[in-house]
Amino acid sequence: MKLSYLLPLCLFGLIAVILWRGLSLNPSLVPSPLLSQKAPDFSLPSLFNPKRLTSPKDFLGKVTVVNVWATWCHACREEHPFLLELAKQRDIYFYGLNYKDDLLLAKKWLTKAGNPYQLVGTDEEGQVAMDWGVYGIPETFILDKKGFIRKKYIGTLTPLIWQQELKPLIDELQQESP
Amino acid sequence: MKKIVFALLGCVFFSLAFALEEETIFSSTHEKNRFIKLTSELRCLVCQNQNIAESNAPLAKDLRQQIFLQLEKGKSDQEIIDYLVKRYGDYILYRPPLKLSTFGLWTIPFLVTLGGLGYLFFYITRQRREK
Repeated sequence: MKLSYLLPLCLFGLIAVILWRGLSLNPSLVPSPLLSQKAPDFSLPSLFNPKRLTSPKDFLGKVTVVNVWATWCHACREEHPFLLELAKQRDIYFYGLNYKDDLLLAKKWLTKAGNPYQLVGTDEEGQVAMDWGVYGIPETFILDKKGFIRKKYIGTLTPLIWQQELKPLIDELQQESP
Repeated sequence: MKKIVFALLGCVFFSLAFALEEETIFSSTHEKNRFIKLTSELRCLVCQNQNIAESNAPLAKDLRQQIFLQLEKGKSDQEIIDYLVKRYGDYILYRPPLKLSTFGLWTIPFLVTLGGLGYLFFYITRQRREK
């Protein structure tokens, strides 16, 4: 084959591969710059006991799932039944970050539909969520026993996602020392 | 008639200004200009084809408020950018910083253009030489 045919063909092939790869990327999933960093500190009132302040110290030493949710968020309600299932695992700490929500509605919802969280912190202004880089809930953070953020999942949590993407990491983190 | 048309056009263009909900009062025009510059160079992560100045998303509103507060506190442009990049990453910037990972992003378009022009030049002069 003549070079003058081969060269444009290769160039086309290269561009095609690059564009194909680009099509499979999802720009709405913004990678978190907080990975492998210590969880941003916070002090938030507990939903069911506002005088009690919650902070990352509450879950230090345990593999933790921080789930950002709100009653106005439809997708959060969709993952709720699965969270209830997950919460049955005693060795994971579930912390709920209630984002810019009506406290009364939030309490009613958890009381009626079930509460998967050991603690729920109320971030009414959304300032803590901003520190965590939250931009589209539901968002779920996996933290290790030392309180470092190891993974962030954006979107509705499903059994499949849990099995494929999160459970292997959780198992690994459980092996680590606190 | 002309006056009415102009007045209406004026209203339309004025309303295309930024999504500052209430009349935000800045300490100075300089600060207001900084606000406009910053918010127009930051991407809204919810409506990703818009900047924070234009977007109606609740997060964009919160970020505008945060930027305003920081400007009032006397933070520099770079400090505000650092604050946001620390939380949301480089993607929030419309101008990605020149790093090893973005080196290709910045240079490849120029290289491809130069390469294309070079090939074109070579091709045209080859035709001339063969004459």
